[in-house]
This record gives sequence, structure tokens and C-alpha cells, in this order.
Amino acid sequence: MEKTIQHNPDQVIVAENLTKKFGKFTAVDHISFEVKKGEIFGFLGANGAGKTTAMRMLCGLSIPTGGKGIVAGYDIGTQTELVKKSIGYMSQKFSLYDDLKVWENIELFGGIYGMKDAEIREKTDSLMKLLNFENERDKLVGSLPLGFKQKLAFSVSIFHSPKVVFLDEPTGGVDPITRRQFWELIYDATSRGITVFVTTHYMDEAEYCDRVSIMVDGKIEALDTPRNLKKQFNANNMDEVFQQLARKAKRVDS
Amino acid sequence: MNNQNNNPDIAVHCESVSKNYKDVEALRNINFDVERGEIFGIIGPDGAGKTTLFRILTTLILANEGTALVDGFNVVGDYRDIRKRVGYMPGRFSLYQDLTVEENLNFFATVFNTTIEENYDLVKDIYQQIEPFKNRRAGKLSGGMKQKLALSCALIHKPSVLFLDEPTTGVDPVSRKEFWGMLKNLKAQGITILVSTPYMDEASLCDRIALIQNGEFLTIDTPKNIVSQYKNKLWAVESDEMHKLLLDLRANETTKSCFAFGDKIHISMDNGDLIVDSLQKLLLEKGHTNIFIREIEPTIEDCFMQLSQR
Repeated sequence: MEKTIQHNPDQVIVAENLTKKFGKFTAVDHISFEVKKGEIFGFLGANGAGKTTAMRMLCGLSIPTGGKGIVAGYDIGTQTELVKKSIGYMSQKFSLYDDLKVWENIELFGGIYGMKDAEIREKTDSLMKLLNFENERDKLVGSLPLGFKQKLAFSVSIFHSPKVVFLDEPTGGVDPITRRQFWELIYDATSRGITVFVTTHYMDEAEYCDRVSIMVDGKIEALDTPRNLKKQFNANNMDEVFQQLARKAKRVDS
Repeated sequence: MNNQNNNPDIAVHCESVSKNYKDVEALRNINFDVERGEIFGIIGPDGAGKTTLFRILTTLILANEGTALVDGFNVVGDYRDIRKRVGYMPGRFSLYQDLTVEENLNFFATVFNTTIEENYDLVKDIYQQIEPFKNRRAGKLSGGMKQKLALSCALIHKPSVLFLDEPTTGVDPVSRKEFWGMLKNLKAQGITILVSTPYMDEASLCDRIALIQNGEFLTIDTPKNIVSQYKNKLWAVESDEMHKLLLDLRANETTKSCFAFGDKIHISMDNGDLIVDSLQKLLLEKGHTNIFIREIEPTIEDCFMQLSQR
């Protein structure tokens, strides 16, 4: 008998022995964790540790070969379409449509997620104010600087008020000031109850997370608040924690 | 002008180089020299102009204005000579995905009229790490292995100047450290390295760096000198509630700049000096606990932010 996970509305993500095998290769190896509502959860690991595979499963894009996962109340093995409707997703590579205007991109994605026209209009106005983008509303997205684009892409990814947003290296290559403004937007989103699941290669950003997990060779080797992890590994900063754990990796990929 | 051609200590010379794409100014009046045997870093965010500069220096595109010499050869008139003697690793993986690891390396050696055996010493340390997979197609390699193969291919003809465009972007911190270790070894073998990166923490691994933003160099110097030229005293502040701390410090009238830096906030004050006691008192009044304030040395990222806001 497979154990069913008791659903607790305060837990937006629950993974229990979540596993993904490709043939003989176990990309994600029995990982278990919970993410609470409104939490910023940092999902770290070396290249090839299995982060992307795990994230794809949590987003309903890849079916686990073992274990269970609940995201926003839905089973990631059987209710993938409902999972997709309830989440937001943004990556460094994902970009909006360059040849559509700012407001057109927002309308398009709002529409895809089934929002009503009036709601889209109203929320577009307040978003433009929040981002200080009122003069950019009618500009083509392709003409905006990268930092603007990434801030806009994040805002679009949470425009339909998802329960949780998955951010895959959202600040890669972004200038230092915009990178910090980006994190302000993340804090703002969590203050409205949106849960944030984020990967990053910037170790200073790991410090901004409420809790951080570090994956090594498909397994979660450490999971705690940044403060406790630094204590546990007797480290001055998260970079040292990461170096200690990731150096143990045995997979050929590095 | 011809003196520069003859200066054997200068590996790259760039004078008043500008480049426009229609009405976008990608590079504006870039001037710098790279000395032979140096690791020179071009550090800045995406879209700053790093790749454009690399393409001009590797003779792939033409500047609108200015002169550039590589190894004493002009990037316009002597492009054939330059192509023979430089190694270039573009930001995007550009090897043949459907050739094997060994075939790719062999191909690049042959194109440059040499053999793997002839220059094996130079690539040995790097290539040995992927040699167990030499019969695997390049497209099937992991990110880290692709990076090592690309570096091997850029080196196999023993270039005098190596151009690496964002070799560590998207690479995890452990692998990034390893990669910089490889660069150090190459430098020891006399190769001049021009490398670009968006990661400010890699600045300290370069001999000299240029900080670049919006097509312009903000400064060129050794990392140490750039840090010593930071204009204000800088302080690190901590408390139990970091986000509230940031907002409270920002609301403070005498705060000049204030940014989150990992588990601390870096702050400089308008009047130049921060009075620890009065700030401590202010933060206590705002309800902060476990407050720590101490003076610190700026990082390159602090310097970049100060210079880019001018």
C-alpha cells in the first residue's frame, strides 16, 4: 500500500521520497522536504546534481518514477494540468515575447491563465506603478534593457497570483543593482502570500532565503536556515557551506 | 602608430574603439592594453558590451571607430595573422555536437595545421578529465565537460592570446573555482588571457580588470587598486530582521547608499562618517535585536555599484 500524504494547506510543496530514474541513472534520488506558505526556499546544488530534473517534476513537466509530491494541493504524478495552473515559472532563459509591447505580454499571459479582462487591466495599472514602468507600458519588450526584462518576466510569472512561483536562476548575468531590486520584488511577492522556490549560483542570494537545501548527486545533503547551516558546517558564509558539500560530489559531471 | 606594433610586451591594444548597431551604442570609446602574460578580466552584466568587444578583437566583426591590435597585428588589415594565433571560446557552446570529443579536438588541431600530439602538454591537465569520454558525441556531454572540451579546442594550436567569453556563466561555484585554477596554470605557461564574466567575485582572480556597463569602461586597474579607490567608508550592519533592517536604513536621512550583501547590509553615509552609537540607538528604537555594526573593506561589487551610479 502506498502511503498517501496528508494535505496541509500551510504546506505548499511536499516531496516524499521523490525519485526520477532515466534507465539505470537516478537523477533525483528519494528527496523529501516541505515548503511552507510564504516561504522563500533556496534550492541549491552543483551542475548535474539533479536540480533541474527535480524542478521539472514539481512543475508538472516530468512524471516521477518513484515517491510522491504535492504542489499547491495537487499530485504532481496524476494532476499535472492542475499543478501547472496553480504555479508560476520563470528562468534566466525564459523571456517574454520581444515583438510584443509590455502590456501585450501581460495581457497574453494573463489570458492564458484564464484571468478576466477587467482584472488584467486593473492589475496591469498597479504593476506598472510598482515597477515604475508607466513610461514603458507601450514599448516593445525587445527594446528594454535586460534588467527591466527580468523584473517584468518575474512580475508576469506571478501575475495570475499563483500559490507558488518557481524561479530557475532568475538573476544570472543581471547587474548588481538590478539583482538586488529583483530580490525586493521577491520579498514583496512573499508578503502577499506567494511561496518562492528559487535556484541560484550567487551564494549571497542563498542568504536571502528563509531555508536552503543543497543537492549533491541527486540527494538533499543539507536543509536548514542559512544561519543554522553556517553553524552546522562551521562556515562564515553560504559559499563555504556549498563548497564543503558540493566537493563531495562523485558524479562525473561538474 | 607603428611603435605599438613593435611593443612586444603588449598583447592587446585597444584605442578609441566604438561600435554601433543601428541606433544602439554597444561600445563607446574603449581604450586599454593587456600586457603579455596577464589575466585580464572584463567584468560586467549581460548587455554591457563584453561579447561585442571580444568579437572585434577576434576579427569577427568590425568596429565603427578606433584601432585594435592583437599581438601587434591590426584587427582589420591583419585579420588572417590574428586568426592563426588567438584562441577563442565563445559564450555559447560552438563545437560540433555530432562529432565525438576526440574528433572535435582533432578537427581543430587539423584546421590550425597541427596535431593533438604536438601540443598535448598544453591541454593535458584539462583534456585528461574528459578523455575517458573521448568517444562520446560532444552534444551528449554535460555542461562542465562541454566547457572543458571547448577550452581544449581553443588551446590545441597553442595560441598566444586566449579569449574566453563568459566561460563560467551558469556554472556552479565549485566548478567555477576549478575553472579559474585551470586558467592560472595556463597563465603559468605564458598564455595571455582575456576573460569576461558577470560574476564580480571572480575579479580578485584576475591580474587587472575593467568594469564595464552600458558599453563603457567604468574603470581599469588591479582589483586591489579599485577597492582602495572606493570613495566612502563602508560599514556592514546585521540584525535579526534583515529585510526590515534594509528598509529602516534606507529610510534614514543620512544614508548615502545601502544594499543587501548576503547576510549583511553594506551602508555608507552622506557625511562620510557613520556614528556607530547613534545608528545603534536608532535601530534599537526601531525594535531591532542582535545588532552588529563594523567597518569593512569594499568588495568589487560595492565598487561596481558606486561607479555605475555616478
